[in-house]
Amino acid sequence: MSSPAAVAEPVLQVDGVAYEAVIGIECHVELKTETKMFCGCRNLFGSEPNTNVCPVCLGYPGALPVPNRLAVEAIVKAGLAFEAEIPPHSKFDRKNYFYPDMPKNYQISQYDTPFTLGGTVSFWLSDGTRREVRLTRIHLEEDTGKSIHAGSAGGRLGGSTHSLVDFNRAGVPLMECVSEPDIRSATEAVAYLEALKRTFVALDVSDVKMEEGSLRCDANVSIRPVGSSELGTKTEIKNMNSFRSVQRAIDHEVARQAEALSRGERIVQETRGWDEAAGTTIVQRSKEEAHDYRYFPDPDLVPIEFAATDIARLRTELGVLPQARLDRLIAHERISVVQAHQLVDTTGLADYFDQAIALTGAPQATLNFVLGELSRLANETGKAVAASLLGPQALAEIVDLTTRGAVGSKTAKDLISRIWSEGGSPAEIVEREGLAQVSDAGAVDVFVREVIAAQTDSVDNFRNGNERVLKFLVGQVMKASRGKADPKLAEERLRVLIAEHKLSP
Amino acid sequence: MSEILDLGAREIARAVSAKKTSALEVAEAALERAQARDGAVGAYLTITADVAREQARRVDARIAEGASLFLAGVPVAIKDNMCLAGTRTTAASKILGEWIAPYTATAVQRLLDAGAIPVGKANLDEFAMGSSCENSALGVTHNPWDLARVPGGSSGGSVAAVAAGMATFALGSDTGGSIREPAAFCGVVGFKPTYGRVSRYGLIAFASSLDQIGPIAKSIVDCALVYEIIAGADPADATTVAREVEPALGALREDLKGVRVGIVREFDLASLESDVRAVYEQAYRDLERLGAELVDVELPTADYGVATYYLIAPAECSSNLARFDGMRYGLRVEKADVGATYEATRAAGFGDEVKRRILIGTYALSSGYYDAYYVRAQKARTLIAADFEKAFERCDVIACPAASSPAFEFNAKSDPVSMYLMDYYTIPMSLAGLPSLSVPCGYVTPAGSTNPLPLGLELTAPLFAERPLLGIAHAYERGTLHAEKHTPPVCHPERSERMRAESKGEPAL
Repeated sequence: MSSPAAVAEPVLQVDGVAYEAVIGIECHVELKTETKMFCGCRNLFGSEPNTNVCPVCLGYPGALPVPNRLAVEAIVKAGLAFEAEIPPHSKFDRKNYFYPDMPKNYQISQYDTPFTLGGTVSFWLSDGTRREVRLTRIHLEEDTGKSIHAGSAGGRLGGSTHSLVDFNRAGVPLMECVSEPDIRSATEAVAYLEALKRTFVALDVSDVKMEEGSLRCDANVSIRPVGSSELGTKTEIKNMNSFRSVQRAIDHEVARQAEALSRGERIVQETRGWDEAAGTTIVQRSKEEAHDYRYFPDPDLVPIEFAATDIARLRTELGVLPQARLDRLIAHERISVVQAHQLVDTTGLADYFDQAIALTGAPQATLNFVLGELSRLANETGKAVAASLLGPQALAEIVDLTTRGAVGSKTAKDLISRIWSEGGSPAEIVEREGLAQVSDAGAVDVFVREVIAAQTDSVDNFRNGNERVLKFLVGQVMKASRGKADPKLAEERLRVLIAEHKLSP
Repeated sequence: MSEILDLGAREIARAVSAKKTSALEVAEAALERAQARDGAVGAYLTITADVAREQARRVDARIAEGASLFLAGVPVAIKDNMCLAGTRTTAASKILGEWIAPYTATAVQRLLDAGAIPVGKANLDEFAMGSSCENSALGVTHNPWDLARVPGGSSGGSVAAVAAGMATFALGSDTGGSIREPAAFCGVVGFKPTYGRVSRYGLIAFASSLDQIGPIAKSIVDCALVYEIIAGADPADATTVAREVEPALGALREDLKGVRVGIVREFDLASLESDVRAVYEQAYRDLERLGAELVDVELPTADYGVATYYLIAPAECSSNLARFDGMRYGLRVEKADVGATYEATRAAGFGDEVKRRILIGTYALSSGYYDAYYVRAQKARTLIAADFEKAFERCDVIACPAASSPAFEFNAKSDPVSMYLMDYYTIPMSLAGLPSLSVPCGYVTPAGSTNPLPLGLELTAPLFAERPLLGIAHAYERGTLHAEKHTPPVCHPERSERMRAESKGEPAL
């Protein structure tokens, strides 16, 4: 997720006519509330089967749902983050269908009054283009239990001898985000999902982990001639379990549709499942088998009204959103798309960076330290930048010392590692330990002369026109000065003194 | 000892609290009486003897510690669509099999906390769908006044238990009249509070937007006492109302001076049998005699009540009953795959009336019909509620018959629609969510019979006006004393035996 999508798309052609893909994504995101949507059971992934259950989430006779306020607030925040409209009146509806992992044989969901309407998800592609995808709606519903089929190959239903159901997931709050068909490629689809994930992580409303099922998505895919405003017949692609499978499945489906049209076939509206191993989509259900869900307002729950003051309060809780941050970093700070994503997609890094640059006048130097030394230390120590003893204030001081030429880059790096684990003030350490860069020609000359005397072969090589050896000699000066010499000055004095040296004997 | 069972709830609780008797003694007396009388009546599906004794011991221990309990040792019958942890809970359906409730309904828990003793789980029409108790898949309940007649429904077992003196009071549930109509048939008081007053948590749902638990007792006083205990917001039921429950006992009155009683023009008494009509005409005169002013009110849309109800209630029930699928609890008729198992389980588990309503409701919610049926029914419901609101601008309560006839004989209503029409006078109030009760108002004796059969007067008040409603009903009850004029024959053991022998025998299930 940390690097933005590449954009080299093959040109889609059907009988010599340029076609484009038209893609809409529906995704289900489990909210990371303490408790489930309509009961007090714990919302926890990975527990022993059927341990986080009660009469309500098991659909026992007489049990009633009571909405989780924090889940409702989470979805409103998600909507606000994308500048969606929050209608003042909303309600829950029942979606009726029979399935063994659905305890009541209806799912509490939202039909015609979702908590959020509209909104825009924006993201940047690696070539520097910014794209926007409109959201249709985000609504809240309860998750189902999980069926486990036994006695068959790979846990498939076909050929199984019996099925087991784990209801720990039943009743977990789930938000369904539906996009408009504004996505034009598999790459954009992945970038769109990454943008959702980035935002939900920043809002702390979900873990958004596809591998744990806390993000699940379906894609509606069709193709049409470029320039057409009509939509082609779509297929719905399910069973994509990673961003990589989203990319592969959509690429495959777009190609399949183009080939079908090239062969003069029609696209059939149907649901197709992505087969990861085979790398193809397979028909699951045709439109004729579509359900009549008999939606109606859930009479066990009362309509939900939002006061303007509630919305205003939730808006203040949003914090700095990744979308806005990326826009600012890329468009305003002129930071590259890749670097901006590195900052934003590492927990706490962008906050840290923002605090540090507010204290220095050198964003680029700060960025280099943050993405270089700090990220390296974070990886090595397994500790977030914000949790180290090197605060943004200390980093800003080091950046300033460096840009003023007061310390050399090696000293700066040493300071960063030291303060990271031990803490302390950069200026004090430099002062106490005499680490200040030697920028006085007279003082540098002492080390330069020492090196010229010791490295006669290299000095001769340089005199004979080998420019590259100068780097080595500068390194020797730095070593002799224990890193304190200003490398630029050292180079300059080396040239001068080698020239003089030649004349002097 | 059994005489204590003929006292009111307050008197029993006082005697137990004053240690003149113990909760265990009362419980034993109630169990003994159920043993003696329920063979003839069939009010209970399960006698919860162990739970009763255990609870009685707990109550006695608390009394010994100095606790003051409003229902100390008072025997209660619980309609068997309410959960009581550790007891079989059936909704009178085969589909629940031998399901043991793992938790207790909020209303039931509040009774237990107040010291009541659950004697048994009372029979009902399957899933509370019916008006005679004949739709029970698990047993037949007889009307204690005439064993050849139905007790009414759906809370037939609850009212019969109270009428036969086997419980001091009972909990019933009322969706379209299921407390009020059977209370009228069995000569007891049945009270449905405002929708949202009493928690539905632990009540097996029939139609969630209409279902409401309420008390059934021999007097308004006892109903008011139980109402105060079970009413009030419940965090486990989102539809309960966070509104203070005003003590109703303190507002019970002895006359009706200054009370305006609305008589509904559309409920023309001329449509009733002459003896029944005479009872209601007398009831209206009694209201006036006690000081009330009778005013004409109109409910022009009330006539659409039954049609409206039979779209909304089945729609909700079609969804509510989907959970009974043989997967997690209850009956399971196992077939080759899951779809066939669903079908076989539900075919075997549900009775005809339940299936009929699931079909109606599924149809009413289907794509293409939803707007024509469900949405229009909701609009009609809004109009009916608005009519009541307008009527209550002119009166404090509305009085009308609770049912158009006294209890009828078994198998008398073979056509479902004629059964649905039994709730003609109770459904509009349910649709409007109003507090409404039935109080005994007289008797008729059918031709060729010597047994008087009770009738009930239905009194209905504006939303949340339980307190004035119970006060007015109390004045009427004390001013007429109908309940004290006759006793069901089953309460006299020697007569009951004779009656049983004379009755037309066991009706077919």
